Amino acid sequence: MANINVKINGRDVSAPAGSTILEAAHLAGIKIPTLCFLKEINEIGACRICVVEVKGARTLVASCVHPISEGMEIWTNTPKVLASRRRTLELILSNHDRKCLSCVRSGKCELQQLSHELGVVDEGYFDGVKNEYELDYSAVHMIRDNNKCILCRRCSAVCDKVQGVGVIGANHRGFSTSIGSAFEMGLGETSCVSCGQCIAVCPTGALTEKDYTDAILEAIADPAKHVVVQTAPAVRAALGEEFGYPIGTDVEGKMAAALRRIGFDKVFDTNFSADLTIMEEAHEFLDRVQNGGVLPLITSCSPGWIKYCEHYFPDMTENLSSCKSPQQMFGAVTKTYYAEKMGLDPKDIVCVSVMPCTAKKFEIGRDNQNAAGVPDVDIAITTRELARLIKRVGLDFRYLPEEGFDDPLGESTGAAVIFGATGGVMEAALRTAVETLTGEELASLDFTEVRGTAGIKEAAYSVAGLDVKVAVASGLKNAKELLEKVKSGEVEYHFIEIMGCPGGCVNGGGQPQVPADVRNFVDVRALRAKVLYDNDARQKVRKSHENPSVKRLYEEYLGQPGSHKAHELLHTTYVKRTIN
Amino acid sequence: MCSKKGSVPFNGTKEQEEALLKVIAELKSEKGALMPIMQKAQDIYGYLPIEVQTIISNETGIPLEKIYGVATFYAQFNLNPKGRHRISVCLGTACYVKGSGDIYNYLMEKLGIVGGECTPDGKFSLDACRCVGACGLAPVMMVNDDVYGRLTVDDIDGILAKYE
Repeated sequence: MANINVKINGRDVSAPAGSTILEAAHLAGIKIPTLCFLKEINEIGACRICVVEVKGARTLVASCVHPISEGMEIWTNTPKVLASRRRTLELILSNHDRKCLSCVRSGKCELQQLSHELGVVDEGYFDGVKNEYELDYSAVHMIRDNNKCILCRRCSAVCDKVQGVGVIGANHRGFSTSIGSAFEMGLGETSCVSCGQCIAVCPTGALTEKDYTDAILEAIADPAKHVVVQTAPAVRAALGEEFGYPIGTDVEGKMAAALRRIGFDKVFDTNFSADLTIMEEAHEFLDRVQNGGVLPLITSCSPGWIKYCEHYFPDMTENLSSCKSPQQMFGAVTKTYYAEKMGLDPKDIVCVSVMPCTAKKFEIGRDNQNAAGVPDVDIAITTRELARLIKRVGLDFRYLPEEGFDDPLGESTGAAVIFGATGGVMEAALRTAVETLTGEELASLDFTEVRGTAGIKEAAYSVAGLDVKVAVASGLKNAKELLEKVKSGEVEYHFIEIMGCPGGCVNGGGQPQVPADVRNFVDVRALRAKVLYDNDARQKVRKSHENPSVKRLYEEYLGQPGSHKAHELLHTTYVKRTIN
Repeated sequence: MCSKKGSVPFNGTKEQEEALLKVIAELKSEKGALMPIMQKAQDIYGYLPIEVQTIISNETGIPLEKIYGVATFYAQFNLNPKGRHRISVCLGTACYVKGSGDIYNYLMEKLGIVGGECTPDGKFSLDACRCVGACGLAPVMMVNDDVYGRLTVDDIDGILAKYE
């Protein structure tokens, strides 16, 4: 496409036709502050923080949505522009609950950062009538505090446009406008799927996960409790961001060291049970293919996706793999096999999981997730909560040594670590299913067709005379598009991987929030996924069925994949829900 | 704030639902169909309770929250039915200065509802309005087509007693 020439702050800038002023300025290294703008998600030009002067324009224009044209002259930081931005911010602050000292977002709040950058002198200058809202605690996984909401609509845009759920949005009008659900229902009464993408995009502390860090410290302090922790693959790819590392830094070793110093009795890894999931799921897949079971088989690792399926595609719950998610399989094995091995009463074990996910908080309370008669997992925290925990106990993360996980539930393969990226579960399952079917070793373990951050991917493989068609979707709107085609018969697959969040778990709703001025210009999903694929490439063992600890678990305890005992411990059931 | 279920039980008929489904079937493929569908739905039912909005949501695939957002944005959409007798109190400048706010508050207290709602027995609904063009009679309220002027709070019980 042809380039267009403009002048920004007196400098010549050339940018592709169709660019906005914001994009052209970014190309020239000129930063324009934004607040409501989220690329491809919330492009509404509503908050007026990004205004600039354009020669000949009647008023200041919103640079996030205003396209450039040939010869346009733009000024991004005149006194008029700066005064307007500051005044807008002061007006927003006049109806904002300014309890920064006790706010979970303090230090990482985009509103706070803007107030600092734009030089707000008196946050109470426009104080007058203030809206007061009750907090919404009704959802299992999160809290909504409209007193801190600035009505940017990033949350409702991601819920509707990216996830296809749309259970939150703007209600009423003018000063009475508030973000909420239909008929003022609590979020817990709606068909919210708990994905947490709204939290990930919220610029303030209005949306937060329910925090369980204190409960963990209490459990650790109780000498009668044996507290074990598991960490999901995607956590190690993002935790470092909370401690100043660039996006895409692998902090697996420091994370293990931190967990040990926090005081967990055992530092284990969800990657172990990801390998176990592959053993069960690959077996289930081959069983369904060979014995005329319901196809396509759809993965069940993502609890946001599971809840979505139950609400929005209740007629497809039979397609879901009956396998528990890796988090839950880990808990089940901990409280049965591991408890027996260690001579522990499962009631005395507290199983904590660190997840990139808020829906995991919902998942631990589901029915049929209690292999030993007690919940498989007791406490699920997000990556953000782990960062808080590390800071609270006074660890200097950057100076921690690199350590490994404990045995036996800490051993894993390269197949497991890629679970955290879209396509990873499919690739891991293919490595095991193909070798099981053919009985031969794969020449290459890289199924690159299912890699990458595209919302929907498909591939076909010919394995031992069997044509296997697979598809991968991430982000629930993409899942919906794919499933509607499956239902209409337009496409046919044997195996589908679906992850609730776009890009998979690396971009989960429990991951460190990336400020809009960063995520608008870099692909966070790809940077974090690279950590996992690099980790996989480094591993000596890259196939789940070759994990020595998993093999031992089957030999000593479970028998074969799909055995009666495996079904009792590692599989679950689903329900049909309605849309609210 | 509106409660999830209206204070008046929903008693839509089969005929009303059929009429609504017909409207939705006709309009739903058009771009921007939501507002016309909601307007027609209000013509059919008189208001847009959760039951009606849920039908619209299920048939169009538009999230219920989005429909509710539109319904609460525009003053012309009602979430509550109108009563057999419709009370409207003028809160225009002249009436307000002459104390219509007290009358409005008294009515809310007496009827046990807030503005925009209908009593559970379906008898009275209460709304505020802006100027009925009878400022000389301030403060003014209307019950159906009857205008009552130069009111005091003490007059209200007697006026309501006239309506069955």
